[in-house]
Amino acid sequence: MKQTFTIAIGGAAGQGVATPGDIFAKIFSRRGLHLNAYNAYQSIIRGGHTFLTIRTGPEKVTNMGDRLDLLIPLNQDAMDRHLGLLREGAACIYNADTIRPGDARHGTALCPLPVSKLADITRNKVAQNTLAVGAGLNMMGIGFQALEEVLTEQFKKKGAAVVSENVEIARAGYDYAAASFKPFGWPLPMTGNRYAVLSGNIAMAMGGAAAGVKFYCAYPMSPSTGVLHWMAAHARKANIMVRQVEDEIGVVNMAIGAAHAGVRSMCATSGGGFALMTEGLGLSAMMETPVVVIDCQRAGPSTGVPTKTEQGDLWQMLGAAFGDYPRVIAAPLDIGDCFKIIPEIFNIADRYQCPGIVLCDLLLSEGRLSVDPKELDFAPVVDRGELITEAPSTAGTNGDGVYKRYKITESGISPRAVPGVPGHTHTAASDEHDEDGVLISDEFTNPTKRRAMMEKRMRKVAGIEATVPPPALSGPRDADITLIGWGSTKGVIEEACEILTEQGILANQLQIRWLVPLHGAAILDILKDARHTIIVENNYSGQFARYLRSETSFVPNGYIRKYDGEPFMPHHIVEAVKEQLGGKSRLSVPVHEILV
Amino acid sequence: MATVLADAKRLAMADFKGKVDPDWCPGCGDFGVLAAVEKALVDLQIPNHNVVTISGIGCSSNFPGFINTYGMHTLHGRALAVATGVKLANHDLTVLVTGGDGDGFGIGGNHFVHSMRRNVDLLYIVMDNQIYGLTTGQTSPTSRVGMKTKSMPFGNIEAPVNPISLALAAGATFVARGFSGEQKHLTELIKQGIQHKGFSFLDVFSPCVTYNHDNTYQWFRPRVKKLEDDTAYDPAHWLSAMEKSLLWGDEIPIGKFFERSDLPTLHGAEPVLNAGTLLHGDTQIPPDVARSFVEELM
Repeated sequence: MKQTFTIAIGGAAGQGVATPGDIFAKIFSRRGLHLNAYNAYQSIIRGGHTFLTIRTGPEKVTNMGDRLDLLIPLNQDAMDRHLGLLREGAACIYNADTIRPGDARHGTALCPLPVSKLADITRNKVAQNTLAVGAGLNMMGIGFQALEEVLTEQFKKKGAAVVSENVEIARAGYDYAAASFKPFGWPLPMTGNRYAVLSGNIAMAMGGAAAGVKFYCAYPMSPSTGVLHWMAAHARKANIMVRQVEDEIGVVNMAIGAAHAGVRSMCATSGGGFALMTEGLGLSAMMETPVVVIDCQRAGPSTGVPTKTEQGDLWQMLGAAFGDYPRVIAAPLDIGDCFKIIPEIFNIADRYQCPGIVLCDLLLSEGRLSVDPKELDFAPVVDRGELITEAPSTAGTNGDGVYKRYKITESGISPRAVPGVPGHTHTAASDEHDEDGVLISDEFTNPTKRRAMMEKRMRKVAGIEATVPPPALSGPRDADITLIGWGSTKGVIEEACEILTEQGILANQLQIRWLVPLHGAAILDILKDARHTIIVENNYSGQFARYLRSETSFVPNGYIRKYDGEPFMPHHIVEAVKEQLGGKSRLSVPVHEILV
Repeated sequence: MATVLADAKRLAMADFKGKVDPDWCPGCGDFGVLAAVEKALVDLQIPNHNVVTISGIGCSSNFPGFINTYGMHTLHGRALAVATGVKLANHDLTVLVTGGDGDGFGIGGNHFVHSMRRNVDLLYIVMDNQIYGLTTGQTSPTSRVGMKTKSMPFGNIEAPVNPISLALAAGATFVARGFSGEQKHLTELIKQGIQHKGFSFLDVFSPCVTYNHDNTYQWFRPRVKKLEDDTAYDPAHWLSAMEKSLLWGDEIPIGKFFERSDLPTLHGAEPVLNAGTLLHGDTQIPPDVARSFVEELM
C-alpha cells in the first residue's frame, strides 16, 4: 500500500480552517509531494462545522483515503466528533486552554498546546491555529524554514510586523512540539518534483482559457461559482469577456448569442441552474450553435444539500431539452482531467455544431489536487470546425441564396458563417427550418423537409461517435472483480482496486469518461469476460447503472451506492466488495463514519 | 456601430427583402414595422451583413425571417439575452431585437429589465398588440383592465405593465413609442434608435386585427399625439418623460420620450474590448500569461 499522510482540521466556519489548510498544502507541494484536499462544509458563513482533510505523499494521491494521521480540532465540537477516528500512530494537536480531549484510542497521541503560554492570544485570535501548524510540521519532520517562507508570503501584504508575529508564533509551536511531542513514525519525504495545487473549478476555468474561450457568463451557484471567480479575476489578463447574468436562463442564452457571433463560449452552474438552462440547450442544438455548459453536481433534488457532493444529475443531463438532438456529455475523471476535458469537448462541439455538457461534481469542483504543471497545456489542439469568419466585401447581399446555412450534407455538418461576413446572411432559427434557414414550422410546414433536417442533424451523431474514444479497462483482464464507475470516482475506485488486490482479490476497473456517446458495444465487449461486476456511484438509484442497462441491456452482479452527501472512501468500496463476494448482498450503501 | 458601404452601390429596399413574405394576417400592424425597419436601414445605408435581427417567439418574432440581414429566431422571451451575447462578441454589428409584448414584458421580463440597466447597445422594438396572437388570443402583460380574451373571458382584472415607465425606471438610455399607422414617424424613431449608443427601447403600437378588437387602428388614430409636435417637450428631461409616460386615454403620447448619451454602453465600459472585438481578437493565451496562471497555484 502506498505511503500517505493525512491531516484533518475541524472547526466552525469563520474559525480559520482554510488558512492552515493552505499553508500545509503549499508546504507539501513544494516538497514535491502529491496532495488531495477535500473540505466537508455547510452552507453557512459563520459557525456550523467544517472539516478539511489534506492527504499527501510521494506517489499520486487521488482521494481523501481511509486514515487520519494528524487531527487539529479548533473547537470542542471538532474534538468530540473526530477524536475517535484516530488509530495507532496518529496524533491530535489541540488548544489545552479551551478544549478537553475525550478518550483517545490506544496508540494515538494527545498533544495539548498551552496556547496562552506560547502566544499572546489577546493580540492574535488565530494563534492556536498557527501554533498547531508549527507543532504539526515539527512532528512530520519538516524544517521550520519551509513554514517561515510560506507564512512570509501569506502575510506579506499585511506588513513586516504581522509576518514576524506569525513566524514567532509558529516558531513557538514548532519548538514546543520538539520538546514535548513524539514525532510521527514516518517523516515526510521530499522529491524533486513541483506541482500546482488547484480545484476542479479552477482547472475547468483555465481549461476554458486554454481552449480559447472568449465569453464566459454565469449566475452564482455552489459548487460551480469557483469557475466564475477564476474567470472574473483573470478576465483582463486572459482577454475573456466575463459577465454575471440575472439568471441561468439568461446565462445560457447569452452564451449562445456570443457563440453564434463566432467565439468560444462557456458557462457553468449546478443542477438547479442547469434545469433553467435546458430549453437553451435545445436552442443550441437546433440553431447548431456550439456552446459548452458545465454542471457541477451537488446533492439534490431541489436546493438539496448545496455544499455536498453527488452524482445525481446524470438523467437530468440525458433528458435535458425536449426532442432528439446530437450532443456530447463528458464526466471528468479527476481535477487534472477537468482542465484537459474542456479543450477536447470544445473541439467536438465546434466540429459538430452542438452543445457539449461537462458533468462535474462538488468533489472535483471544490476539492484540490496536486497536478503536474506540464499537464496544464495552454496550447492544446484547437479545431473550430467548418466556421466561416470572413469573405470578400463584394460577396453581395446573398439575394442569390447561394449560401445555405443548414446545407444538407453527408456528415450532417453545414459550414457555419457568423454574422458580419458578407454574402452569407441567413436566419438561424429555433423553429424547424429549411436548408437556407427559412422557418418551416408555420405555414411552410412540410414533413419531407422536417424529416430531412432531423436526419441531417442526427447524422452528426455518427461523426461524434467516431471522434470520441471508447472506454478502456484498467488492471488485469482476469480479475475476480470488475468495478465500474464514472467521472469523479476514478481515484477512489482505483485505490479500492489496489487494496483489494493486495488482500488477494484481484480487481480491475472500467471508468466511464464520455457518457454520450457511450460506446455500448465496446463496453459489452469489455465486460463479457468479467467474473463479477459492481457499479459504484454516488447516488441513490444507480443512475449510471440504469443508463447502461437502457443502452446495452447489461445488468451487473451488484451495486455500491452512496447518497449521504459525502464522497466514497476506499474502505467503503473494499468492504462492500467483500460483502457482495460473500453473497450477503447485491446492493451496498456504505455508512460515512466521519460526522460532518 | 454602423459601417457604411464604401462602393457606389446604394442599398435599396429590395436588398432588405427577406427570402419569404411575412405570414402575418392581412392588416397586421407588424407589416408597418417591417417596412419602417427596412426603410431605416436603407436610409442609414447599413450593409445587410452587419445587421443581426434577433427575436424571441410569437407572431412578431417571425420578423428575422422576413428581412435580409443576419437573423436569429431564438426562444420565447430570450432574444435580449442572446442579443447581449452577440453584441459583446462582436460589437461592430448593428443589433436589432424584435418581438412582441408577451415575449418581452411577460416571459422575458427579467432580461428586459437587466438589459436596460446594462445599457447594451442595441435597438429593441416591441410590436405591442396587447394580446397573445400566435397562441390564438390570450391576455398579455399590456392588455387593458376589462379586456375579454380566451384566457380571461370575463375580463382582465390585472393592471397592465407600462412599458415606457418601466424602461425609464430600469435605466434605458433611449425610450420611444411609435405607431404602426404612422410610418414616417416610426421610421425616424427606428433610425434614431439604431444610431443611439446604448439601449434603445421602442414600443410600437402594432394592432392585432384578428384577436384584439379593443385597441384597433381606429382606436389609436385619434388618440396618438406626437411628442415632437410639442416644441416645449425636452426628451433630455427624465422626470418629464416619466410624467408623459403615465398618460393613457384620450391622449396617448408617441415619439421620443427620453434620450441621454452620456452613459457608457456595456461594451464600451468593458476594458477587455478596448483592443477590438472578441471575435477578431487572439484566442491563444500568451505563454508568459499562461505561465503566470500556473505559477499562482504553486
